[in-house]
Amino acid sequence: MNVGVSLLAVIALILIPWIGVSALGLDSFFGIVIPYLAFFVFFIGLIYRIVQWARVPQPFKIPSVCGQEKSLPWIKYSRLESPANTWEVVLRMFFEVVFFRSLFRNLRADLQGRRLIYGSAKWLWFGAILFHWGFFIVLIRHLRLFLYHVPSILNYIDYVDSFFQIGFPPIYITDLMILGGLLFLLLRRLVDAKVSYISHASDYFPLFLILGIVISGILMRHVYKVDVYGVKELAIGLATLHPAMPKDAHIGTIFFVHLFLVCTLAAYFPFSKLVHMVGVFFSPTRNLPNDNRMRRYVNPWDYPVKYHTFCEWQEHFKEQLQQAGFELDEEWCKGQNVAKENKAA
Amino acid sequence: MYNSDKVIPGIIIFIIFFTIPMWLNLGGAKAIPRPELPKEEKNCVESKEYMRAYHMKLLLKWRNMAIREGKRTFVGADGKTYLISLQNTCMKCHKSNEKFCDRCHKFVATHPDCWHCHIAPEEVAKLRRWQNGNR
Ligand code: HEC
Ligand code: HEC
Ligand code: HEC
Ligand code: HEM
Repeated sequence: MNVGVSLLAVIALILIPWIGVSALGLDSFFGIVIPYLAFFVFFIGLIYRIVQWARVPQPFKIPSVCGQEKSLPWIKYSRLESPANTWEVVLRMFFEVVFFRSLFRNLRADLQGRRLIYGSAKWLWFGAILFHWGFFIVLIRHLRLFLYHVPSILNYIDYVDSFFQIGFPPIYITDLMILGGLLFLLLRRLVDAKVSYISHASDYFPLFLILGIVISGILMRHVYKVDVYGVKELAIGLATLHPAMPKDAHIGTIFFVHLFLVCTLAAYFPFSKLVHMVGVFFSPTRNLPNDNRMRRYVNPWDYPVKYHTFCEWQEHFKEQLQQAGFELDEEWCKGQNVAKENKAA
Repeated sequence: MYNSDKVIPGIIIFIIFFTIPMWLNLGGAKAIPRPELPKEEKNCVESKEYMRAYHMKLLLKWRNMAIREGKRTFVGADGKTYLISLQNTCMKCHKSNEKFCDRCHKFVATHPDCWHCHIAPEEVAKLRRWQNGNR
């Protein structure tokens, strides 16, 4: 059900630009208006989400740690697993974002007879790494379509990425990575009953959408060629805010399908689970140093509490206390008052 | 907003990252370089749209026809026949690699390695000059 709805949605998203461009000739609508609109939604949405998150107070310090905390100088502590200051948090966050360190600890629990057995499960980590790194490098490589002067680093990336020179034009390693990663992540949801049970349409839809982007991109490179020269003309126009459809160039319809799916992804991004790209930086279990015992953390939503001190209480019930024969601690309270006045002065 | 000393720089970094094309193109973007088209001829071996998008596929087909199937004639869409040859057919009309093929390829940053082995017209001219003794 969830799978079918998501798949149908992506098919509809493929048909919209297809019909729009090939039957209705709305080239500049799908080539200029939609991309700008989508990226406007992307930026505004992302900023909105970030500001919303940043307005939420953080009541407690809750870093999740799995290493020795910093304490006495002769006890070795773990800088990455239990960071004690901002720089160690930055380091920990870097490894988290770039290498998915916490996912690497992923475990699986199996029941063998009546014994519960935990085992290492690296496949999810591997699939996620393939997908995310593939996506990132593909995105960086796409800069060649947007930059008038292509920096030489992009040529080196291209050289390494097509190193094996299989096929013509050569197949990119990152294309295989992103495709393999996506198929694994999709199959995981379809095949594993436990994961399938907790998967919603909002889990399948992004997978199908990105799969659609990747497949249309690969088809464009290897099967249904488009006029990349014209595409670059359009892309530079978009990037320099002087948008214009390329003159006397005929870009194939599949390019508009690719672009429309990318625009859908961009507009959908801030409002879907994909914002974890930003959300990871707002994870209190990751972004806080474990310095609970060094620094007092004040809950920002604590309001100032009205105290009733011992001396005030003694003053209040002075008579009763004296009648009952208690000894008043006047001497100490004087000292307190002097200290208070000194502080105020 | 809490931690605005970290959140606002974060927002700025995100925006800058996703608008890199805009910044790197500042001041640098000029008119798109156009390949120099042949003046004497009017038509390519196939339609212009086809050539723009599919010339690499055509070249691959030509190579396979010539080298694997031993067929060295190609019949174009308009019924004309051509000798299958990168150097002697394509480059007879398109007289320059630098001003034609490479001008496009540099622009879109693609690097066909054909001229590692095949001899570009520029190289032929150099060779002629060398043979004639003036290097
Ligand atoms: C008979 C001469 C002739 C031959 C042979 C020829 N071309 Fe062309 N080619 C032309 C002409 C003329 C044009 C411009 C067509 C036009 O403007 O409609 C052209 C255009 C092109 C274009 C599109 C350029 C642009 O910016 O519009 C490409 C790419 C191209 N040729 C590649 C090739 C390749 C590759 C071969 C060899 C397989 C080849 N040509 C063989 C004459 C030729
Ligand atoms: C109108 C501009 C233009 C002209 C002129 C042109 N090309 Fe291309 N060429 C391209 C584009 C665009 C690509 C595809 C780039 C991509 O897919 O990333 C390409 C790709 C290729 C490829 C495949 C390489 C690869 O890795 O994708 C070959 C081979 C090739 N061209 C040969 C030639 C030859 C030979 C000539 C000169 C006769 C020529 N081209 C002229 C624009 C042009
Ligand atoms: C390793 C060297 C080498 C490279 C690189 C190379 N070729 Fe060739 N090519 C040859 C040789 C050798 C022949 C055979 C020539 C013959 O028998 O006529 C040939 C033949 C061809 C032919 C058919 C016959 C002819 O004379 O043109 C075509 C077309 C061709 N190559 C296209 C290409 C294209 C396009 C590229 C770039 C993507 C390329 N080649 C790269 C070595 C190379
Ligand atoms: C989420 C962003 C995007 C993803 C994941 C993506 C993915 C891909 C992939 C996997 C390919 C196959 C070839 C390669 O790896 O280079 C491709 C090709 C292509 N993409 Fe994208 N793409 C994205 C955005 C865009 C945008 C915004 C454009 C608009 C200019 C674009 C235009 C193209 C073109 C023209 C090709 C064909 C290149 C060629 O023939 O060599 N893509 N894309």
